[in-house]
Amino acid sequence: MKRQKPARGAGRGKRTLYIGLAMMGALALAALLAPAICRYDPMEQHLELFLTPPCPAHPFGTDQLGRDMFSRVLYAARTDLIVMVLAEIVPFAVGVFLGMAAGYFGGRTEWIVALATDTFIAFPYYLLVAVVAFLTGAGMHGIFITFMLVGWLTYARVARGVTGSLRRSEWVESARLMGYSHLRIIATQIFPNVLPQAVVVLMTDMAGLLVLIVTLGYLGIGITPPAPDWGTMIAEGQYVIDSAWWLTVIPGLMVVYTGIGLSCLGDGLADLWR
Amino acid sequence: MRNTRAPQGKRQFRRWLCQALLRAALVIALVTVAVFFLIRLVPGDPAVMVLGEHAAESSIEALRGRLGLNLPPSQQFLRFLQNVFLRGDTGESIKYGVSSRDLVLRFAPVTLLLAALVSVITLASAVLLSFLAATHRDGLFDQAIRVLPAFTQGMPVFWTGLLFIQLFAVKLRWFPAGGVKPGDPGMLYGLILPAVTVSFGQIPPLVRSLRERLLEVLDADFVTTLRAAKVPRRIILFRHVLRNAVAPTLMLFSVNLSYLIGGTLVVEQVFGVRGVGKLLFEAISNRDFPLVQAVALYCAVFIVIISFLSDLIVRRIDPRTRA
Repeated sequence: MKRQKPARGAGRGKRTLYIGLAMMGALALAALLAPAICRYDPMEQHLELFLTPPCPAHPFGTDQLGRDMFSRVLYAARTDLIVMVLAEIVPFAVGVFLGMAAGYFGGRTEWIVALATDTFIAFPYYLLVAVVAFLTGAGMHGIFITFMLVGWLTYARVARGVTGSLRRSEWVESARLMGYSHLRIIATQIFPNVLPQAVVVLMTDMAGLLVLIVTLGYLGIGITPPAPDWGTMIAEGQYVIDSAWWLTVIPGLMVVYTGIGLSCLGDGLADLWR
Repeated sequence: MRNTRAPQGKRQFRRWLCQALLRAALVIALVTVAVFFLIRLVPGDPAVMVLGEHAAESSIEALRGRLGLNLPPSQQFLRFLQNVFLRGDTGESIKYGVSSRDLVLRFAPVTLLLAALVSVITLASAVLLSFLAATHRDGLFDQAIRVLPAFTQGMPVFWTGLLFIQLFAVKLRWFPAGGVKPGDPGMLYGLILPAVTVSFGQIPPLVRSLRERLLEVLDADFVTTLRAAKVPRRIILFRHVLRNAVAPTLMLFSVNLSYLIGGTLVVEQVFGVRGVGKLLFEAISNRDFPLVQAVALYCAVFIVIISFLSDLIVRRIDPRTRA
């Protein structure tokens, strides 16, 4: 605390933010423009080219069916990133709303949120995932539904914490004295303070969700072929990892890359809003 | 002074204990109820799963009757509760025809040993690394430690596992590449690489949180006083600073350990380990309701115990958390 040099910290925060923006921007752009960038169709088979190591024509090599890995990795980015972002929307909104309500009105809600969190932690996660997967059939729906059921808890906890500390603050008190309704206080006084914190948490949470999406794909209960996904690509490549490392290593590195980008965004935003 | 304070501390402890036990009981009850009804939502009839699609209608009916599946779900639930609470019996596995409790207990040692190995490796490395970083603040090592979580947070366990197997088992031959079954003589040895893989992902965030707390405590006035009093550095660091800094890290770790118990399936899949995760997954695929309930119940009990113990430890080493 005492030794911190604020000027340097702020500069580093900005730089981290820019790195994060650049990394995620480049990835999003590449995914968006995949049809224009890729020279090969991700499904196009060239059996005579099977398991070609990375070379100028195929920078990421080819797989067992001679499909271009560069195209497949980019098309998988489209699936995985879209699922990641879409699956976060409802839990984020619901969690922030419930958390603010719990923190603002206090009382028993605090205890209930804590109990719900404990129960979720003690619940075998893969049981829920597997049950939903059996109910909806493997695919994106399962991920959306599972994450809708459990994802909101994180945001509820954050929003509740921030709101609880604001509830007794002078400006909330004075807003109430001026006759503002509870809803108006939450919308104009609480929400602007909760949002930055929740967004910082969103960045970490998205990285975790992406790992979950990829893991489910790997286990065969997530995104299913023919939709390309980094997890299923790793699962298909693992049996030839000895002779064709690129099939396993490159999709994994894409997940790591996304994780680093999101982490930089989160840290940068946290520094900026501190 | 002592006389007036001790009973109050005791009362406070009892209050905490009652609340903690109540919460633990509620959590286990909620998990049990949720699992019981959730697994029955899955389409597919256990009797058909065991006897096959082409079994005679009459034999399927007979098995359904024997398993109590013809009763309405609420009555099935009451029967289940009765058996669990009165006789500690979670029922017979539909698929294997033996007690589901015995099956869980047979596969549990593998998962528990994995959890124990992960705990030892993770906590020891986290303490060591964060001390090195905090005592050499802003040095090269400290800066490396600070960016590490960004790299590991996007690493799926199964992916690092595949790479580690390739490197340490296939290329270097330090560890066996084969799987682990319960009761294997080489169980401990075979579980080291899986444990290292899991720890690899868990250590960086723990180091990050512990390092931050250590730096705060190292700046505290009482540390300056201890230094001025010429207390040996080793004792300051491990007895006084660590004790003041470790509580949030322990809480974080206990949550991670709980997720590991519930999510051990991935590690087991990659390393060919026959543990509780795989048992649960197969039980779901077979619609083996009693076995699913048994695994979930035992996992929940175990996780609740972990969280209870970590709360207790944190209260002991850091009295500030007792309020």
